[in-house]
Amino acid sequence: MKRTDIFDVIIIGAGVVGACIARFLSRYKLNIALVEKEAEVGFGTSKANSGVIHAGFHDRPGTLKANLCVTGNSMFDKLCEELNVPFKRCGALVVALENKELKILEKLKAQGEKNKVPGLKIIRDDDLFQIEPNLTRRVKAALYSPTVGVVSPYELTMALAENAKQNGVRILLDTEVKNVTFQDNGAKVVETQKGVLFTKYLVNAAGLFADEIARMTGDNGFTIVPRKGEEYILDKKRKELVKHVIFPIPQRQTKGVLIIPTVDGNIMIGPTSQVIDDKFDLNTTGKGLQMILEKVRKIVPAINDRDIIASFAGLRASSEGGDFIIQPSAKIRGFINIAGIDSPGLTAAPAIAMMVAEILKGEGLKLVQKDSCQPSYRWIKFRELSPEQKEELIKKDKRYGNVVCRCENVTEGEIVDAIKRGARTLDGIKFRTRAGMGRCQGGFCTPRIMRIMMNELNIPLEKITKRGRGSNILWGKTK
Amino acid sequence: MREIKADVAIIGAGPAGLAAALSAEREGAGEVLVLDRGEELGGILPQCIHNGFGLHRFKEDLTGPEYAQRFIDEVKTKRKIDVKLKTIVLEINQNKEVLATNSEEGIFKIRANSLVLAMGCREKTREMLHIPGSRPAGIFTAGLAQQWVNLEGYLPGREVVILGSGDVGLIMARRLTLEGAEVKAVVEIMPYPGGLTRNVVQCLQDFDIPLLLEHTVTFIHGKDRLEAVSVAKVNSKKEPIPGTEKIIPCDTLLLSVGLIPENELSSLAGIEIDPSTGGPVVDERMQTSVEGIFACGNVVQINDLVDYVSQQGEVAGKNAALYALGKLEQPKRVINLKKGRNIRSLVPQIISAQGKVSFFIRVKNPEQKVKLVLGKSIFQQKNPIVKPNQMITWEVPFEDLRLNDDVKELEVSIRKL
Repeated sequence: MKRTDIFDVIIIGAGVVGACIARFLSRYKLNIALVEKEAEVGFGTSKANSGVIHAGFHDRPGTLKANLCVTGNSMFDKLCEELNVPFKRCGALVVALENKELKILEKLKAQGEKNKVPGLKIIRDDDLFQIEPNLTRRVKAALYSPTVGVVSPYELTMALAENAKQNGVRILLDTEVKNVTFQDNGAKVVETQKGVLFTKYLVNAAGLFADEIARMTGDNGFTIVPRKGEEYILDKKRKELVKHVIFPIPQRQTKGVLIIPTVDGNIMIGPTSQVIDDKFDLNTTGKGLQMILEKVRKIVPAINDRDIIASFAGLRASSEGGDFIIQPSAKIRGFINIAGIDSPGLTAAPAIAMMVAEILKGEGLKLVQKDSCQPSYRWIKFRELSPEQKEELIKKDKRYGNVVCRCENVTEGEIVDAIKRGARTLDGIKFRTRAGMGRCQGGFCTPRIMRIMMNELNIPLEKITKRGRGSNILWGKTK
Repeated sequence: MREIKADVAIIGAGPAGLAAALSAEREGAGEVLVLDRGEELGGILPQCIHNGFGLHRFKEDLTGPEYAQRFIDEVKTKRKIDVKLKTIVLEINQNKEVLATNSEEGIFKIRANSLVLAMGCREKTREMLHIPGSRPAGIFTAGLAQQWVNLEGYLPGREVVILGSGDVGLIMARRLTLEGAEVKAVVEIMPYPGGLTRNVVQCLQDFDIPLLLEHTVTFIHGKDRLEAVSVAKVNSKKEPIPGTEKIIPCDTLLLSVGLIPENELSSLAGIEIDPSTGGPVVDERMQTSVEGIFACGNVVQINDLVDYVSQQGEVAGKNAALYALGKLEQPKRVINLKKGRNIRSLVPQIISAQGKVSFFIRVKNPEQKVKLVLGKSIFQQKNPIVKPNQMITWEVPFEDLRLNDDVKELEVSIRKL
């Protein structure tokens, strides 16, 4: 890192919001850096997102959440097409198990219509059970929302950042911001453990740590309250359980425990919602699992804990006020805070990026289109090819004929591609290719993937980590 | 797409697949094709460098690689057996067509007269146990750790706790100790060890490694690399008893909590799976519910001894060859076996009741002085002790049973003498 670098814009935090902003701004003639404390992009809150693209009927009209969710939702087809990221508008059902809940469905429908959510309708009986046969017959009625979708949140975040990088954005990983100061000429000084960066405009998209970054500048205006969510993933052989995202009647603070047909073909159940103090507490709990199972079985009784193949916990970066905070600092010109981005943050992210660009323009940043910008980002997804295309590819490059991960059928060629795209850790490979994400959870393929990493990255096996510093897989060579 | 023809196609070149290949060749099959995704023959055996293999079959105490080599050497002398390594099978179907791929040949289809499934098994993971806590580096299935140490030459960690006392876990306790790691405890939720008695003695007792029976891991601690596990005593319902929890600092947790037959391909062909074994329902010829598709070894049920795997492989290979040659007679009658008292799983599940049939049985509870009851007939063994962690074999001569022709179902049970 050169001390003399002066950026036009630095974005702190390479989660889905930071990555969306970086990609959006990369079409302009700007010198941009995306700074991330983790070893890979998306390794904070984004990778633990449930991947639901919400319609916008859950949020109170007039809030940033309502507006940005509805706008964001409408942007996903084009966005995912450009980035080669799978996205499926599977639709959603909010189910009422009691007669007294029918009123809430009507209220949600009215709220959604006010927010301009298209296609909402209430369905029941045969209309309902025909499209979702595994629902308990106790369901009285459901609010059907056709625009709800599912996406892979980490695949999206990585593709956003990689496309931004393709268009000139510098991505600085393993780079934790320690302090932010200001110079009289308006320049911002970003001190990291790797060196000092200078920038004209600074965007704080630090997620769970956005309040801490703001406090470095003397802004104590908001506090992030981490809210933990546990999620459990079922084996792909149960993928027929549900076809739509199934919501319960929402609770005061949350949308409740969902049953999600993920875009990868698993069923995911969760999340819990628990306010905690520790921003590093990613523990799953026995209680959390029991609570989730109890709730989802009330709606889809066929769900069985024996089918769970993976679990994880993530922390939502909630604000005390409940709505998104997206505003320029009152004190410092050219410093924008983006905070409290919990659900529907993933859905809203592309709309947030547009809004931030407008704010930056208002703060004086000149947005001049580049002569050439490549919005389309492509890489090879072997399992999606036709047999003929696969054969053609293997003829050209043998490594696509060598299946490394046998549960998810990921080839050596794809792992090498993931490393070329930027993967530096075992989880970085896993989240880009799904290698090690299947039912054996890397039991067979881990040594093979690590050997490929060793050769491509030219590092010894014992230096390879699961997800960055301190998470080394091996202790060392045997005697 | 390129197509290959074979009399018998065998998926998996571990001990089951190799025994099946040799037996199919002996029976006169024209072309026997063995497919395996690994880089060498032998399946999991090359990483099992400890001894204790072949005591039944060869009356010798061999290591895993030595046991495998006997089959590999013989396979290499057989002109009619063709082997494709580094080849993964993507799909199979009821018509005995196999879709496979490798780097050299790309994607190709095999049309076989009969198929033998010998895919073996995989290890249960941490996620299947739902152990609460964080997700740090340093958690390995015992077999993966064995691969790192024995094949790759790397030590996973220095301070180790092993959850589950299956054979691979016990073997790894000794192996890691010999490599200089400290194995702090082997934790077993059941009141008896999961692995063979000889392994408890030779791998734990001889090295003073504590075996905590009726205990389990209740929490995983550590942000980046594993830092500790919580261990607690369990009650008779296998629930942790409050107040018994203690924290054991460690950087590595090995899991030896069970194996699962790998039947994702079998399901693609619509083969019926027995929930109690996790493998295909088979008759005494090791034929599955799909005619002409046979199965053997750990894909059918988890075996304790490789000797049994080879034995099943031979039966499957022979009958697959006979089927391919059009010489396999369909049985005159079929009897379904029903699991009776103290039977957890049973192979075969269907019999034609001709000749001698070898049963492979797992019991639910430990018992002494027992007999096998089949319908109304009683069979006794020299050593009448049964334990859930030890598979028992019982050879039943069906000629002696004199069953009526109208018998459609027989109950199999273990009873007190």
